[in-house]
Parts: sequence; structure tokens; C-alpha cells
Amino acid sequence: MSENAPEIGTVGLLRFMWRQLTSMRTALVLLMMLGVAAIPGSFIPQRSQNPMAVSDVFATSPTKALWYERFSLFDVYASPWFSAIYILLFISLIGCVLPRAFEHYKASRALPPVTPKNLSRMEFHTEWKGTGNELEVARAWFKKNRFRVRELEGSISAEKGFTRETGNLFFHLALVLILIGVSFGSLFGMRGDAIVNVGERFINTPTTFDSLSFGKLFNEKSLPPFSIEVDKFVAKYNPVTNAPEDYTLSVTVKDSPESAPVKKIVKVNSPLTFGSTRVYLQANGYSPIVTVRDSIGNVAFQGPVPFLPQDSNLSSTGAIKVPDATPQLGFVGSFFPTIGRANEGGGISVFPEALDPRLFLAAWTGDLGLDNGRPQSVYRIDTETLKKIGLKSLAPGETYEFAEGSITFETYVPWVNLQVVRDPGKSSALVGSIVAILGLLASLFTRRRRIWVSVTKKNIEVAGLAKNSAPGLENEIAQLARALGRAE
Amino acid sequence: MSTTWAYISNYLVYSSMGVFALAFIAHTYETAFAVRAPHLADAAQGNLRTKTFDYTRTEKIARIATAMMILGFLLLLAGVIARGVSAGRVPWGNMYEFSITGALAFTGAYLGALRKYDLRWLGLFVSISVLLALGTAVTVLYVPSAPLVPALKSTWLVIHVSAAIISGGVFLLANVIAGAFLVLDSMEKKGERAPWAKRLPSLDTLDQLSYRLVAFVFPLWTFSVIAGAIWAESAWGRYWGWDPKETWAFITWVAYAAYLHARVTIGWRGRRAAWLCIFAGSTFLFNYVYVNVWGTGKHTYSGL
Repeated sequence: MSENAPEIGTVGLLRFMWRQLTSMRTALVLLMMLGVAAIPGSFIPQRSQNPMAVSDVFATSPTKALWYERFSLFDVYASPWFSAIYILLFISLIGCVLPRAFEHYKASRALPPVTPKNLSRMEFHTEWKGTGNELEVARAWFKKNRFRVRELEGSISAEKGFTRETGNLFFHLALVLILIGVSFGSLFGMRGDAIVNVGERFINTPTTFDSLSFGKLFNEKSLPPFSIEVDKFVAKYNPVTNAPEDYTLSVTVKDSPESAPVKKIVKVNSPLTFGSTRVYLQANGYSPIVTVRDSIGNVAFQGPVPFLPQDSNLSSTGAIKVPDATPQLGFVGSFFPTIGRANEGGGISVFPEALDPRLFLAAWTGDLGLDNGRPQSVYRIDTETLKKIGLKSLAPGETYEFAEGSITFETYVPWVNLQVVRDPGKSSALVGSIVAILGLLASLFTRRRRIWVSVTKKNIEVAGLAKNSAPGLENEIAQLARALGRAE
Repeated sequence: MSTTWAYISNYLVYSSMGVFALAFIAHTYETAFAVRAPHLADAAQGNLRTKTFDYTRTEKIARIATAMMILGFLLLLAGVIARGVSAGRVPWGNMYEFSITGALAFTGAYLGALRKYDLRWLGLFVSISVLLALGTAVTVLYVPSAPLVPALKSTWLVIHVSAAIISGGVFLLANVIAGAFLVLDSMEKKGERAPWAKRLPSLDTLDQLSYRLVAFVFPLWTFSVIAGAIWAESAWGRYWGWDPKETWAFITWVAYAAYLHARVTIGWRGRRAAWLCIFAGSTFLFNYVYVNVWGTGKHTYSGL
């Protein structure tokens, strides 16, 4: 092969590359590379998990962020180089496994090999003077122990343990099935988040989501038309550690606008299911309910405004924008479910349940910039061009009055974040995982071995050979010899 | 009621530490005796290296040491169970509980393997590492017994975490044996084994043993990762999200898969295989320490 290497041509070259790619060594190197390639994503913040941390890197060290971005280090697991490794690995794996599967299929239909001439050369061998009917007994013994048997003149060749290779092949093919499931899920799946106040209704249409992402082949119109009315949300916290102990969300759901309403309970580990779509309870917080009046007393805004939790005691921040007041009003606020005492200026919450709530507000006036078309966060106000009116701390029912109007902190409601997920690939990933484990068990715990029994005029011979020097064959041969009447 | 059980649990864990300390002393004594004995024998027989070891003399203390290990294991087992009773759930909700249960699994793996192989030479190492793990647990990691955060309230906690803890115990044992292989191998390359190491098993036995432990527990580790994925699907809305813990569990899986392939298909043995085994084991350890203590992500409710 090497002397006519210059003449192998394109086909030869491709064949050569294919052989290289599907060799065991290449597969192993690719496997190790995949492991190494997964490492950076556990140290560098990932956009898919923590977009805020990614923005932080951009804000604090822009040059570093730029270089990270060039090498897709904020999206390691969706990056071209990571994909390249696992796609090559799976091609290599398929190229390795498919030919072996055909070979194995052929081998499993073929008879065990002819009994070798010289059995005494085998790993385990025993010989004694027999009575003559040993082949009958051996045949029965092999049958009972489910060996595949080939009967020859004066000898039996038996083989067992094909499950090892079968399991091995199933394990590797199951990995391919898992990969297919993952890709299918990311192409046809969707994931969206919506913050819903208690007492409000969520309808599953693209516009009701706060954030929505879907696969390249996902059809937006295929969102199932269910609706969820959030009736009640109860959170229990440990009075000593402040850690949450239980979240219970009571909802009324309708599979479609026409169907009858059904009451359901959602918990963190028990999501709602609508076909292949599931709805998860992922976060919760508080929405202060406020009433804003202008200088002549007309109501310019009234309702709950979701604030985002900043710590485990649910100190929350948010913004109240009132474009309908003249002049426009904006409030930068902090909500503390249980206000802590004595600190300089800022507030602090000491318990996540609303036992003694306070709303801290900074009131601003001027053009909120909502009409210039630039998108802005509903949780923040850019106060650069605004004029400050003042600061105030309000308990429920209290009102802050100023020259341009007033704001009343009426009360508060909890909100929940509903995460709607559709992943049509997950069942094949699950099936793949189960098959992988079963295959793995079969391949690691069965042994492939051959046993021969040969009867000559003088003697009975029993010999065996195990692949990968699997243990236990010696015992098995001793058992067979005993069954054949060998004296201990 | 629950505080009583928590108190009983602490008492049992401290008692088991006392017993492990005795086991450690017995193992030290045994090892030291086995080294010193030859010199006493030398004086009588004028033989420096060959006929030196009189194990009948250390056998008794070795048996005592093993008995102590078993007693320590039982006390720790009771302590772990009492901890579970006090919290009204399985005792692996935070890093303190992972550590005491992990120490239990490690001791259990050692005692289980001891039934089949004479591994008492490992006892010194096992007792000191269990003591260190428990010591760290009761001093640095201790948190009062408390119920779980909502995401952890699931049957999968029992299944996923117990599988992970058992896998971890066995992986670490395989690591220790691979480490012993490397030390003994370099000794034999230079000449012969040091006196204290002479009674340790042959290199072949160690090589095979670490492989068998890994092959035995690799399916369980695979299962643990998959069980975690099924749980994550119901708690977090996705079965795989490359959370740091998931990433490192994957890396560990890949490393052990490579190890098994290297052994079974390519036929690696000896030093190279031992190093690969140790590398794979350290990814597991790294995952446990780094992600729980310094990490970010969804697995960091370890109570630290």
C-alpha cells in the first residue's frame, strides 16, 4: 500500500481517511477531546445558563469578552468546534459499530468453530478415562446452560456469551439514538418564560411570553392553545434558615378556549403537561400593586408591577413607568417583603415571606423615552434625562404625595414564572439511555467463551477458551466435568 | 423529636470517628510492627531481607483493626440513618451529609472488597481518609439538620444521589489501588519492594482489581447521570443543560469510558492504565469539591 501511495487517487484517499476516522484509536482520541472540550464551559459563564454573567464580562473586561466571543466560549456547547468534535466522534462510532454489527449478525447465525485437534493447548484443559456416553450428557448440559452447539464426529463444540457483543453494539447504537433525540429536541422544540401575577391568566401564544426561543424547524403556530389561570401561590420558608421548604401553585387550566376548566396543583418537581409541552414553576417574587395619580387626582396607572428578586430573602427591584401622566412619571423601586431595621439609607429584607412589606421609591419626572422606538427593560428606567422628585418609603396603604401627583402602595401579590417547554426529542433520548444501560450491563457482565468436549477411544477431554481472559471459565469447566462423571 | 435524632446522629458520627481512630492506630501498629519485626528476626537468623516477615505476629492486630473498621462502619451507618430520620428525608441534602454518606460508601466499598480480596494493607489509608473526611465534615461543613428546598423534594434524590455516592466510593477505591500500583511498580523497577510493601498483592492483582472495580461501577455511574437527567427534566424543565456539575459528571463519564476502551479494546495495562484511572477519578473528586464549594449553577444548594 505504501509504495503506490502517490497513486491512490481521490477515492483511495477518501477510503484512507475513512479508515483512519473509524479506527478505534481515533474514536478514543475524539472521546478524550470531547471531555476536554467540555471543560471551559464550566468555568466561563454560558449564555444559555447565565446571560447576566456574560454581560458582566462584557462590561468589566471588554477585550477578554471579545476574544471569548471569537472562540464561542460563551456558547461552548453550541460552538462549531464542540459540534465538530462530537459529530466526528459519532461518525467514527457509526463507522466502527455498523460493520461490527453486520459481522456479529453473521457470526451469531454461524455454527461454533470445529473442535481443534489439540485440546491440551487450551487455557483450561482436563482429561480422564470415560465410560462412553459422555457426549449425550454433554449435549444435555450445554442445552440446559444455553450454549450454542455444533456436533461433530466424536466431539461437541459449544459457544456462549454472544450477549457481550450484542450489548456492546446496542450500547453504542443507543448513544446515537440519544444524540438524535437531543438534535431533534433542539430543532423542533421551544422554551419560553412568562411572569404571571396571582389572579391573572396566561394564554399560550407567542406574544404573552417575556422571553421565547425555539428551534430552527419549530412552527410558531403549533403552540397548543392552552391557558392557565393562576389562582393561588403559597410559599413556605424555614423560620430558622430562611430557606424555602415548599412552593404550591394552584391553577385552573383549559386545554383550549372551548374545553372545560380543570383545577390543578403545580410544584417544583411536578410540572403541568399538555401533550409534549410541559409547564414548570421556575421562580417567584412579588408585584407591588400601586395607584398613580396626576396633579389633579386622575388615576394615571393602577395595577401590579412585577419586581425581580435580588437575594434569597426576596429583596426585589423594579420600575413603575407611567407614560400616561403629564408630565410622564417614573419610579425606581425596591420591595422588601420583611423589612430589616437600622441601616444607612438602603433597605434590606430579612425574611422571604411578606410579613412586614415596604416599598422604597425614587420618583422621577420627564420624558421616559418610551416613544423613541428603542427597546428598554421593563425593570429599569434610564434616569439620565429625568428630573428627580424625591425618595419615600411606603407601607401598604400609604401614599407619597408630590407636586406632580401621588403614588399609593395599595398592597402586593406574588408572581410566578411559568416556563413552557416543548422537547419532542426527549423520549428518544430516554429510550436511548435505557438501552445504553442495559447494553452496558450485558457487555460488561457476560463473558464470551467456548468449550469443547471430545471423546476418543481412550479418553474424555474437556477444554475451554475465554475471550479477554474472563474469569469463571475454570469453574464452569469443572462443573461440566463433574456432570460428565469425572471423579474429583 | 427531630433535634433528638440530630443529636443522636452527631453522637454516633463522633463515636465512629473514635473507632476509626482506633482502627487507624491498629493499622499503623500493624504496619510498623511488620517493618520492625524483620530486624528482631535478623538478629536471630542473620538474614536481612528474605525470611524476615512473621505475619502470625501482626495477624492478631490486623484482625483487631478490621473489626474496628467494621464497628466504625456500623456506627457511621447508624449516624447517617439517624441524620435521615431527624430531617425526615434521605441524608444527602447538603455537603455535610454528602461527606458522611460518602465516607460510609468508601468504607463500605473497602469492606465489601475485603470479603473477596485481602486488602488489609489498604486499611491504613482507608481509615485515615475516612477520618479526614469525617473531621472536615463535622468541623467545616456541619449544618443543622433541616428540610430540603423544594427542588430537592423528589424520589429521584434517593435514586440519583445514592447511585452517585456509591459510584464515588468505588471510583475512589479504584483510584487508591491504581495509586498503590504506581508506587509499587516504580519500586520494582528500581529493584525490589521496600520491606513494608512486600506483603502487598502482586502488580497484576492490583492492576486487575482497579479495572474490575471501575467496570463494576461504571454502569451505576451511567445510571446516576441518567437518573439525574430524568430528575432535572421534571425539576428544571430540561434533562441536560451543561450546568457545571452536569458538565463534570459528563467529563468523568467520558474519562472512565476512555479507560474501559483503552483496557478492553486497545489492551492498555499497567502504568498507563493506572494513570488514566487516576485521572478519571480526579475529575470526579474535582466535581465534588469545586462545584459544591466554588461553583455556580443549579447544584449549589449544598448548604455551604
